[in-house]
Amino acid sequence: MIEKPKKALILGSGALRIGQAGEFDYSGSQAIKALKEEGIKTVLINPNIATIQTSKGLADKIYFLPVNEYFVEKVIAKEKPDSILLSFGGQTALNCGVALEKSGVLKKYKVKVLGTPVTTIENTEDRYLFVKELNKIEVKVPKSIAAVSKEAALDAAENIGYPVMIRAAYALGGRGSGIAKNKQDLAIMVNEAFSHSPQVLVEEWLGGWKEIEYEVVRDAYDNCITVCNMENVDPLGIHTGESIVVAPSQTLTDSEYHKLRELSIRTIRHLGIVGECNIQYALHPYSEDYRVIEVNARLSRSSALASKATGYPLAFIAAKLALGYALPELKNSITKKTTACFEPALDYLVIKIPRWDLHKFKQVSKKIGSEMKSVGEVMAIGRKFEETLQKALRMLQLSMRGLVGNNLTFPDVEDSIKNPTDQRIFAVAQAIKEGISLEKINEWSGIDKWFLYKIRNIIGMENTLLQYAKTEIPIEIMRQAKQFGFSDEQIGFITSQPEMTVRKLRKKQGIIPAVKQIDTLGAEYPAKTNYLYTTYNGTEDDVEFGTKKSVMVLGSGAYRIGSSVEFDWCCVNAVIAAKRVGYQAIMLNYNPETVSTDYDICDRLYFDEISFELVMDIYEREQTTGVIISMGGQTPNNLAMPLYKEGVTILGTSPLSIDSAEDRNKFSKLLDSLGIEQPLWKESTSFDEARKFAEKVGYPVLIRPSYVLSGAAMNVVFDNESLERYLKIASLVTPEYPVVISKFETNSKEIEIDAVANKGNVLMYAISEHVENAGVHSGDATMILPPQRLYLETIRQVKKISRQIASALKITGPFNIQFLAKDNQVKVIECNLRASRSFPFVSKVFKRNFIDLATRAMLNEKLPKLDKSSLDLDYVGVKAPQFSFSRLKGADPMPGVEMASTGEVACLGSDLYDAFLKALISTDFVLPQKGILLSIGGDKNRFKLLEDVQRLEKLGFTLFATDNTYQFYAQHGIKTTLLYKAQEEIEPNVLTYMQKKKLDLVICMPEEYFPVESGDTYIIRRYSVDYSIPLLNNIQLTKLFIEAIAAKGMDDLEIKSWEEYH
Amino acid sequence: MNSRQPIKLVLSDGTVFEGHSFGAYRSVAGEVVFNTGMVGYPQAFTDPSYRGQILVLTYPLIGNYGVPSDEEELGFKKHFESNAIHISGLIVSEYSDLNDHWASKRTLPQWLQEQSIPAIYDIDTRALTKKLREHGVMLGKIIADVDVPLEDPNQRNLVAEVSIKNPCVYNPDAAGPTVVVIDTGCKYNILRNFIKRDVKVMRVPWDYDFTTLEFDGLFIANGPGDPKMCTKTIEHVRTVLEKNIPIFGICLGNQILALACGADTYKLKYGHRSQNQPCINLETGRCYITPQNHGFAVNAKKLPEGWKEWFVNANDSTNEGIMHETKPFMSVQFHPEAKCGPVDCEFLFDVFLEQVKKR
Repeated sequence: MIEKPKKALILGSGALRIGQAGEFDYSGSQAIKALKEEGIKTVLINPNIATIQTSKGLADKIYFLPVNEYFVEKVIAKEKPDSILLSFGGQTALNCGVALEKSGVLKKYKVKVLGTPVTTIENTEDRYLFVKELNKIEVKVPKSIAAVSKEAALDAAENIGYPVMIRAAYALGGRGSGIAKNKQDLAIMVNEAFSHSPQVLVEEWLGGWKEIEYEVVRDAYDNCITVCNMENVDPLGIHTGESIVVAPSQTLTDSEYHKLRELSIRTIRHLGIVGECNIQYALHPYSEDYRVIEVNARLSRSSALASKATGYPLAFIAAKLALGYALPELKNSITKKTTACFEPALDYLVIKIPRWDLHKFKQVSKKIGSEMKSVGEVMAIGRKFEETLQKALRMLQLSMRGLVGNNLTFPDVEDSIKNPTDQRIFAVAQAIKEGISLEKINEWSGIDKWFLYKIRNIIGMENTLLQYAKTEIPIEIMRQAKQFGFSDEQIGFITSQPEMTVRKLRKKQGIIPAVKQIDTLGAEYPAKTNYLYTTYNGTEDDVEFGTKKSVMVLGSGAYRIGSSVEFDWCCVNAVIAAKRVGYQAIMLNYNPETVSTDYDICDRLYFDEISFELVMDIYEREQTTGVIISMGGQTPNNLAMPLYKEGVTILGTSPLSIDSAEDRNKFSKLLDSLGIEQPLWKESTSFDEARKFAEKVGYPVLIRPSYVLSGAAMNVVFDNESLERYLKIASLVTPEYPVVISKFETNSKEIEIDAVANKGNVLMYAISEHVENAGVHSGDATMILPPQRLYLETIRQVKKISRQIASALKITGPFNIQFLAKDNQVKVIECNLRASRSFPFVSKVFKRNFIDLATRAMLNEKLPKLDKSSLDLDYVGVKAPQFSFSRLKGADPMPGVEMASTGEVACLGSDLYDAFLKALISTDFVLPQKGILLSIGGDKNRFKLLEDVQRLEKLGFTLFATDNTYQFYAQHGIKTTLLYKAQEEIEPNVLTYMQKKKLDLVICMPEEYFPVESGDTYIIRRYSVDYSIPLLNNIQLTKLFIEAIAAKGMDDLEIKSWEEYH
Repeated sequence: MNSRQPIKLVLSDGTVFEGHSFGAYRSVAGEVVFNTGMVGYPQAFTDPSYRGQILVLTYPLIGNYGVPSDEEELGFKKHFESNAIHISGLIVSEYSDLNDHWASKRTLPQWLQEQSIPAIYDIDTRALTKKLREHGVMLGKIIADVDVPLEDPNQRNLVAEVSIKNPCVYNPDAAGPTVVVIDTGCKYNILRNFIKRDVKVMRVPWDYDFTTLEFDGLFIANGPGDPKMCTKTIEHVRTVLEKNIPIFGICLGNQILALACGADTYKLKYGHRSQNQPCINLETGRCYITPQNHGFAVNAKKLPEGWKEWFVNANDSTNEGIMHETKPFMSVQFHPEAKCGPVDCEFLFDVFLEQVKKR
């Protein structure tokens, strides 16, 4: 009946970035599974090496290559697929697919687009066409005028009336969008929007309207359902990716709910979507008037959320529908009996809260609005709004105990509510405490009063609890507090008692959470689902416990800078390994963007908090053999000691050893005792002590606050003044919590080892070298594996030191050590007794699953004999960071000691240049064709790059330079064109050249290591990001890049699948 | 935090669910059923099909958008499906005593108290629902101050309780056809659907003999209880079947039409009460998401010659509609008029009226 394709190409989404994150690993993996089940050969292009979808056992062929027109065409020419899927790799895949269709590539190679046709995609992406189509079916859209010039945009705004909303067409997560209150605002915003897109939309501003979304599924036969609807707690004006969102909608009547549902179905049928899409509405808060804001004709962040919120596998079903199946032919994968053509009935609610990392960027505004800035999200499940909200706020891992019970105060609460930041919800709580009326808060924020009533209930409960300071809390109060989502720690904080006292009391009172299933049908049909959550608003468990020997894997929580999809890969592989050796694998995680929270991965999925309290509750119920805390990054790792102290079996390396590595003082002493070199260090209990040491060894110095103080980041300081500021303001140094100060070295190479050990013996290891010198955070560094430019002696020392440490700490499981190397002198800077960010990278480059081995070791299983010679490779892997600076207005695009990248990619190549260039291009870096700007601080740097600049000249590039750089190279006989700096306002000016796209590469770095975030070079770097011009900001990276483009052009880059590298 | 008044639900198997009261504080007996819809309580509670039932809502937060006004339109309440709440009692996990919806005129507890309906919150409604699913619907009682005996509402003539007592006419000057609506517990939105299509509606009591009247089409409404209780209605429908006048039925109307043509009905284990029931049109293969509220069903195997199944439930294959192979007789088990629930099948009113107009 259905003519199935034989070989399908799937486009991935590339590196994680703001606006496009882990959700596409989930959707792509589901699509591949759906196709494999049908016996269709799958070819995947995705340079995101840390994903599950690029793992063995999923796609038949994987290309770690950039997802752009050039490379995809090459792969199509080579693989000759008969069809292609565009909807599973976010906006990147969708844009690439549209481009391939337009350029005739798909036609030329006879590749059929499966699912939603390209014309439909264009009708949803092009605002003019979109409005035209919706008008045909009498569906309302905001007044909107498309403009292709600044003048046209200004006219349009006059026509509609200020304030107006500006949006760039074809842009990721609302990039280049914003609200213009007047002509001046608009002029500035339009300029920037045009740098992202050829078309800008000027629209009616609907601030304060309710924002509602529906996830819609349609098959080719016009069966159409809405799987889930969602309501933004923050009304229109805040991007849905930046909003607190609840599913299902809470404040909509039957009439409103089903009116919007009917409009969704009418719209999606008319547009002709085949598969899944998302439709967003503005709903007037005091009538049933509405506007359709947009339709995303692909799997999206919201669809990943809706999948997890309902248990309906949207991506899997969408892939099946793309093949031509009818919805009623497919089964509900939870019940396995009922049909997939239904709409889930929830008997719980979920709340999503975005996770921001704005504090990492000094110059970035904390304000949130119509552009996405968040880097990840959490989802909480519960049976009361209060319970669910408080769970979600804790899940963010921002040291919040819940909505209340935090050390937070807002000096101007009105301003904090009117001008929302990432902490607005806490300001709302404070306002209620201050007795400000809910009417006022509603007026300031637009948040529906129903939500405010619920928030007020939490504050009411806090007031009740305050009456029980240091006294035993009565059982009824305890139960109500737990039903409102108060954690033991939070109750303890409010009533001035230790968490353990509260925990013991509540257990004595018999108050423990019920474990409930998510079954898509509100218990109407029996379901054997393993998708679980806990709640205090229930009395009965849906499952039985302790029937099989089991192991519990703790996930990584919200994606954030420094902890992302790579840890999800580790968790999923640990789960698979544990299952393979006969354990029931229990997964605990709460990030809706992940594969680890797919209920078909593990035996039991608890979608819940990763906290001491919850791990204990589940551990006690499930009676698991042990807990794996070393796969999910720092979040679960931090629970090692608290769990250990309560007698929980932690699998793998002993928590005492973990503590020895985490506690800088203990670790530094251990290194000293082993005779292993490290940068000069000292533990200080006061500012004076710290200052003396810093002056002795010389600035800059690195300061590490006690790791017990969560949230306090390490920092580099450059002088006494900044040392004082940092230590005193944050009260980071006390006799109780000393800081460790060490010399911060920048002229050394940085090396990492990722390894697996068993009872102190190293079983497998991978040594990688960083391209950038030390000083760049390892997460922001470009990594080469195996090392290409290290001395053998250095490698020998790295291996030796690693063995010593593994043995001293009796490591069983994964670990990572970072080293500095200079003239064959090797120093240890950091050691983590857990899987690191680079485990998927090294596993995939070596084609050896480090996590599988580590898990077996931790479970005391028989270990395979390893042939170490197989680690000799005839190819090279290069991992490169992906930054999202374009989303972080004002941030200096300059890596430093704080990690700033949001994702990464890795490519393989026959040599370093090949792999390096492909990796760089995968981060949206376009190789220069015409003009290169040089703006290099300090003669020392200019001299270091002299040969390289000469090479650029020989390669025939037109070189431009700013004053001192121009002078320096002129003296060395290199001709560059002088450009004036932006603030000089003289032509020829750097800014003009950037605006007019006369430059297609900027090489710009400050004189000293430390980022200044001001001054000339900052402005140039910032503009290059704002105008989407590739930027090189590091000497070693620049040198390697120039060598590489001198050696290779685009045509020389290999098009080889992972399998082809042996 | 308001004071919490204990109240409990006792099932016929002796299971007790203890909670707190938020409606009228009184005891009541009934048949305990559950509904999985997430919106639409004002419509659901006033649906006459719920007569005699204690309703459990599986969605945990109820009352979020309050209760709308009693204003009238077209001669009946604009925002409800009948004049009064028909459920005997309500069981939820949590209710909202506050809301901020623009259309709300009172809170849910106020409305329940106005109409003397007892209600319980703080119940693990999922646990209760699982019990009803496993055992089938059960008799039960809400016990406030005094105990009451269990009572099976299906032994009563519930249709007689909810039907109007005297015939009435809506839209008398309509240019369109005349349809007789047998009020076996008719939801207002069925009347609204006819009126907005310019139909003259003659609404008659369940046992009224309308067969001698002049009309172009017959509609058999939804309603509570066992269809076999409606012997008089069945007889009247039989008469019309012989006359070849187009007939359309919804829910109980489907069952009555089936009984009138000679097929049979039976009681389902726990019924269909939700807004997400997938129904396949066997003529086209298309699947629709439908709202439902019924405890009895048509046994399609017993359909006589000349009749066939029209719709079937995609989940459990139960009958969702029947039609005559050549004559204009048709009915569906689900609710094309919605209120509450999805409106995908509203077009069936047009399908019926086309038949009526052809005549």
